[in-house]
Amino acid sequence: MNRSPYITDAPAVSIIMLKVLLALVPGIFAYVWIYGGGILVTIALATLTALISEAALLKLRQRPIRPYLSDLSAVVTAWLLALALPPLAPWWLVVVGTLFAIVIAKQLYGGLGYNPFNPAMVGYAVLLISFPIIMTKWPAPLILAQTPLGFMDQLHFIFSNTLPTDVKIDAVTSATPLDYLKTQLMLKHEVSGITQAPIFGVWGAKGGEFVTAAYLLGGLYLIQQRIISWHLPTAFLATLAAMSLVFYTVNPAHFANPLFHLMSGASMLCAFFIITDPISGPTTPRGKLYFAAGVAVLTYLIRVYGGYPDGVAFAVLLMNMCVPLIDAHTQPRVFGHTKN
Amino acid sequence: MNSIIQFASKLLRGQTAESSEVHKFHGGVHPEGHKQLSTSLPIAKLAIPQKLVLPLRQHVGYIPKVKVQVGDHVLKGQMLAEAEGTVSAAIHAPTSGTVTAISEAIIPHPSGLPDMCITLTPDGKDEWTTLRPTDWRNTNKKELVASLRASGIVGLGGATFPTHIKVRADGKSQVHTLILNAAECEPYITCDDMLMRERADEIVKGMEIVKFLLGAENCIVGIEDNKPEATAAMTEACKALPDTSVKVVPTLYPSGDARRLIHLVSGVEIPHDKRSTDVGIQVFNVATVLAIYRYFAFGEPSIDRIVTITGSVNSPQNFKVLFGTPLQTLIDAAGGVQSGTTHFIMGGPMMGFDLPTIDVPITKAANCIIAATPNLFAPPPPAMPCIRCARCADACPVNLQPQELYWFSKSDNFEKARDYNLFDCIECGCCTYVCPSNIPLVQYYRYAKSEIIAADKAKEAADLARERNEFRLARIEREKLERAQKHAERAASSKTETAKTESTKVDATKAEEVKAISATTESEKPASSTDDAKKAAIAAAIERAKALKAAAAQAGESQKKSDAATADTPDASGKSAQTEDEQAKAEQAKKDKQALIAAAIERAKAQKLAAAQAGIAPKNVEDASPAVKAEISEIDAIREKAKQAVKAQDSDSEA
Repeated sequence: MNRSPYITDAPAVSIIMLKVLLALVPGIFAYVWIYGGGILVTIALATLTALISEAALLKLRQRPIRPYLSDLSAVVTAWLLALALPPLAPWWLVVVGTLFAIVIAKQLYGGLGYNPFNPAMVGYAVLLISFPIIMTKWPAPLILAQTPLGFMDQLHFIFSNTLPTDVKIDAVTSATPLDYLKTQLMLKHEVSGITQAPIFGVWGAKGGEFVTAAYLLGGLYLIQQRIISWHLPTAFLATLAAMSLVFYTVNPAHFANPLFHLMSGASMLCAFFIITDPISGPTTPRGKLYFAAGVAVLTYLIRVYGGYPDGVAFAVLLMNMCVPLIDAHTQPRVFGHTKN
Repeated sequence: MNSIIQFASKLLRGQTAESSEVHKFHGGVHPEGHKQLSTSLPIAKLAIPQKLVLPLRQHVGYIPKVKVQVGDHVLKGQMLAEAEGTVSAAIHAPTSGTVTAISEAIIPHPSGLPDMCITLTPDGKDEWTTLRPTDWRNTNKKELVASLRASGIVGLGGATFPTHIKVRADGKSQVHTLILNAAECEPYITCDDMLMRERADEIVKGMEIVKFLLGAENCIVGIEDNKPEATAAMTEACKALPDTSVKVVPTLYPSGDARRLIHLVSGVEIPHDKRSTDVGIQVFNVATVLAIYRYFAFGEPSIDRIVTITGSVNSPQNFKVLFGTPLQTLIDAAGGVQSGTTHFIMGGPMMGFDLPTIDVPITKAANCIIAATPNLFAPPPPAMPCIRCARCADACPVNLQPQELYWFSKSDNFEKARDYNLFDCIECGCCTYVCPSNIPLVQYYRYAKSEIIAADKAKEAADLARERNEFRLARIEREKLERAQKHAERAASSKTETAKTESTKVDATKAEEVKAISATTESEKPASSTDDAKKAAIAAAIERAKALKAAAAQAGESQKKSDAATADTPDASGKSAQTEDEQAKAEQAKKDKQALIAAAIERAKAQKLAAAQAGIAPKNVEDASPAVKAEISEIDAIREKAKQAVKAQDSDSEA
């Protein structure tokens, strides 16, 4: 029988997923530092929900449970969704979002390798449409909050939606810079004036920019480990920067500068962790460039002109739909063939 | 300034000054070499075994024709089987002895199926037959090529393509560059490496002969940089030669693939639908040119080769092994196997295959035998779904999209797989090597390729069957018409004899009936006159017959021509046979086909003409005249014959 090659040198899928989780750790650290330990509860909740629902669905679909659970892909989805949600999101929001991501977006399409849409972004989009108020209500970074919540207070808030008696909800939450910028611009204020507000940091959101920087660090680790290719993040960040630069140059009073766009919202998470999902993304090098650029353009347009403060989730889902088309039209030249 | 930029770009591309002339190909992988296992000891000569089993199928192409009988005593180097057909190679006796069997035995092939083998029991004298060295510099090239046909030499790199076909001039393309493939990129294999270290002079002499045969102007030896000793030996041996260079290429599997190596050392990318000779390049393995040297310098035919025996044997080494030697003899010479050895792999770990049993002989293709343990080659974990990570696409040396090919092959979407250039896949295994999901990708491609080839063949057969069936239906209709006409004639004559008294009414109705029958069988349009129609039909049939005959004659002639080309004429003048090649034959086949098509058009025209004359529609109108019928059937037979000849040629040129 001819079953060559007899040797392989490839990291297992579980190792790849493990490295993605590892790359998220700096971001989580920064998160805890900026927003408090509540995010750990959210991550734990999402992970648990993802594993249980994945196991249940695998059983229903009569697939082996152990190899598929241990590939860690469900955990990656759970972590990404958890990190995309507001840090003090109520427990049921996390559970509903994760369930939707794993059950509908992943398993019902055939499980690992068969989902056309990024499961975490499907979960996020469903929550954003269904519960827009909760989804856009972010806690203020601890350094800005009038009364910073301790870990136990956060835990209590996540599960019972109640704050300590002496604390008002407005004291712990604030608008995100992207949201604030949008509403203030509608009130005919100028960007230079708006960004003087305390929620703005040096590059992006005060505090949040450190989380973003930590994601960048994790992303570079993934490129160095050859888990992701440079094409996607580079094309995404370059396009987002170029697009915001054009608008900023034309009218700096009305459009934020490129650095703000790169360091705000989910830009870095998207560049290194969301659009790099291989299953729902394109496979050709040129296709990756187009895909990432498309996500960046849509993200910018939704941020600036759309109804939501950040547009990453919708941008990714919209571009996911284009993947078969992109792949089909970006086939590289095969050795010995002329370009057709 | 420019030089600084160039230097910087070279640095960026990771190239050193030394290898700056190397043109990288896309992808490739770096499997661990394990070559030092079998290079610590020099090449040893294996003793003559008790029994030699020589499979007739040791090369690509037709099996040779056996020239000996059981019981014959043969001398070392005597031809046992003669090359038959264009792509074929002879088999010689590796030592003197007696032919004790010509029967089926298991051969070293992935199928594990038995095939015809000649069994030789050595007499121990190792007595050579009369050897005839050739003064190749002063001999006609055509003669040399014809003589090479009797050498039994095939590509010893593993492809086993008969060598005499590679050196003959096809009259169309002039080879200007000979590339010596010394890359030996597969892990574990070191037979070429050791051969170069020990016998570089003879290799270079063989290279000179091949260069002369091809009329090439330059030679390039391509060696991977993991063989410094071989590189040094080859550089030394080539030193005095003009237009010859040794190019060191980076160790990157599969740099030993001919098209990849050509690109590496010359920068030429062979178009996917062309051969290297079309752009003036021919590639030979080092062991093959050495065999050519031995053949011309000493008259020695191909009776042995260097085989690497490695893996879990106690003393991995390279041996000079007579073809037909049982594998067990080789294993014993290498100190036997270590415990835990489960099976043997022939070839390298990237493209080799499991030997079906240990009871197989060493053949011309056996460059390496690896004793395998589960420790060395762990069985792959169960395959997971493809996560479209495209690592395979990054590794593919042909720049295919293996993940797409896998998807199409798995879902039996073969047309799509073909569109995505499945047939450009060289089955090197790089994609499987890097797959995190442990998917046996190459197996999927092999499956898809075989399914597509089988479907193509079935379609061809179906087309032929349909054509035959249409012809048959036409014949049946024609016969029906003939019967109706005969019946009408008979009825008419009997009526005039016996039923004169009957009323003319009945006559009229009968005639009406006959008319109706002929009308329905002939055509929808009413015939103005049956006589006219008949005449026209006869004319049409004759016209058609003429056209067919002409076509058949044409086809027959070209068939004869190509027959002559195929016929093996190893005479001294060597005028006819060797100048033709498969491509020429393929063209001939095309011409024949064109002739047939032309005949068909001619026929259609004749029919139309006749119809126009008679003023009826030309629908299967046939004449009953037995002479014409006989002629038609004769022509049909000729036509069928011509067709079969064309088909045979097609399959021949494919082979």
